Amino acid sequence: MSYITGVGLTSYGKHEGLTSLDLMSKAAELAVADAGLKRGEIDGILCGYSTVSPHIMLATVFAEHFGIRPSYAHAVQVGGATGLAMTMLAHHLVDAGVVKHVLVVGGENRLTGQSRDASIVALAQVGHPDYEVPLGPTIPAYYGLVASRYMHEYGVTEEDLAEFAVLMRTHALAHPGAQFHEPITIADVMASKPVASPLKLLDCCPVSDGGAAFVISREPTNAARVKIRGCAQAHTHQHVTAAPALSELGAEIAIAKAKEISGVAISDVRYAAVYDSFTITLAMLLEDLGLAKRGEAAARVRAGHFSRDGAMPLNTHGGLLSYGHCGVGGAMAHLVETHLQMTRRAGNRQVRDASVALLHGDGGVLSSHVSMFLEHL
Amino acid sequence: MEKPADWTTGQEAILYQLCGSCHKPQYFRRGFCAACGSTELSEKRASGKGTVYATSVVMRAATPETRAHVPYNIVLVDTEEGFRMMAHGAMGLKIGDAVTARYATFTGRLVPFFEKVT
Repeated sequence: MSYITGVGLTSYGKHEGLTSLDLMSKAAELAVADAGLKRGEIDGILCGYSTVSPHIMLATVFAEHFGIRPSYAHAVQVGGATGLAMTMLAHHLVDAGVVKHVLVVGGENRLTGQSRDASIVALAQVGHPDYEVPLGPTIPAYYGLVASRYMHEYGVTEEDLAEFAVLMRTHALAHPGAQFHEPITIADVMASKPVASPLKLLDCCPVSDGGAAFVISREPTNAARVKIRGCAQAHTHQHVTAAPALSELGAEIAIAKAKEISGVAISDVRYAAVYDSFTITLAMLLEDLGLAKRGEAAARVRAGHFSRDGAMPLNTHGGLLSYGHCGVGGAMAHLVETHLQMTRRAGNRQVRDASVALLHGDGGVLSSHVSMFLEHL
Repeated sequence: MEKPADWTTGQEAILYQLCGSCHKPQYFRRGFCAACGSTELSEKRASGKGTVYATSVVMRAATPETRAHVPYNIVLVDTEEGFRMMAHGAMGLKIGDAVTARYATFTGRLVPFFEKVT
């Protein structure tokens, strides 16, 4: 058994002068307070990584900085899937009785701590050092390759992809912490600067500063009864050159295992939080997860299915595409928002029913996947 | 492992390994077959013929060296020998096009460059 007992999230965008540790600390402080705990009650720490300030022992660096002496601590690195992978590990750690309260934290001054180019170069290193990186691909190009193939096989268009950017922006407009506050249209997305075809600037998430944290506990610590029902991972490859066919990607494997472990069916799900580094990522994952039929996710966006008042509200904070992406913390914001929705604390973004939620994270180039079901008791 | 005499070391060749045990080809060079674990690998030279699996034209590069080449087309090609590889390609290549490899210079290095078979 495990519960998400507290969440913390900073605004995303520019946090001039703050370090990765500062942003991690801000989010951690909020999460510990939200759980109604004192720092000293935290006995486990899991943290992600910072590309701006790499360290071989970031969890203990953070623990010392934050003023905690945990009995369990280390960093986790699974790219964009890190936040959910840490949550899955925390779930198993508290369930096994290793620790009582795990603080899961990610944060990085990725926008102001380095140039945008440095960020893009650092991230492109997920490519193969001998057989891919010398060809000058960027992360958008890796996903552009996948997008070209997905569009070819399933008849998805660039206008279809643009729907996801507009949806995420519409959601972000209702969140004061989001990086972007200007509405956009399909025409704006289509007219935005080409980055790596078929992806244009507004198909891509931004680089941000920010931090996010949660506390995972063996028992509830307050009125928030958000239980982790079950989770699973799948890792099919690292490099896009070695990726399996589109019909054999890890999202389908992870969700199948998560459904089996948790006993939750897609028809039970009322709220979705899905990784959206690019519009194509979100389109593909929604279809891989069974939240839309193959090639039909965009039509569901147009029909309002994934809107705040729709049948399956999705990333109501604006996702990576419009709330922002600060690295490990990026997709952790999805879980924070899910928690706020489940505990009816989402204010003007509150959905009718978020009693059962599906979360999914992706790292690399659709390489690493974590699916998770949460239930509000 | 000895460095391969292929484009990754500046020579005009695309090499791959063929497993003597399970007969699977592999492109990323290593000391064993990733499919079955066998170390009975032989090194083969690919014909350079294949079919385009995916394409993405990079318009926004991240370094001064790569920016000088923008736009450039990154392609995934399914070779006739049965492995997939990343390379550069001519502008306008479409998924499913039959292609053949020549070589080009990119940021001072040799890279495979696929063109449509006419």
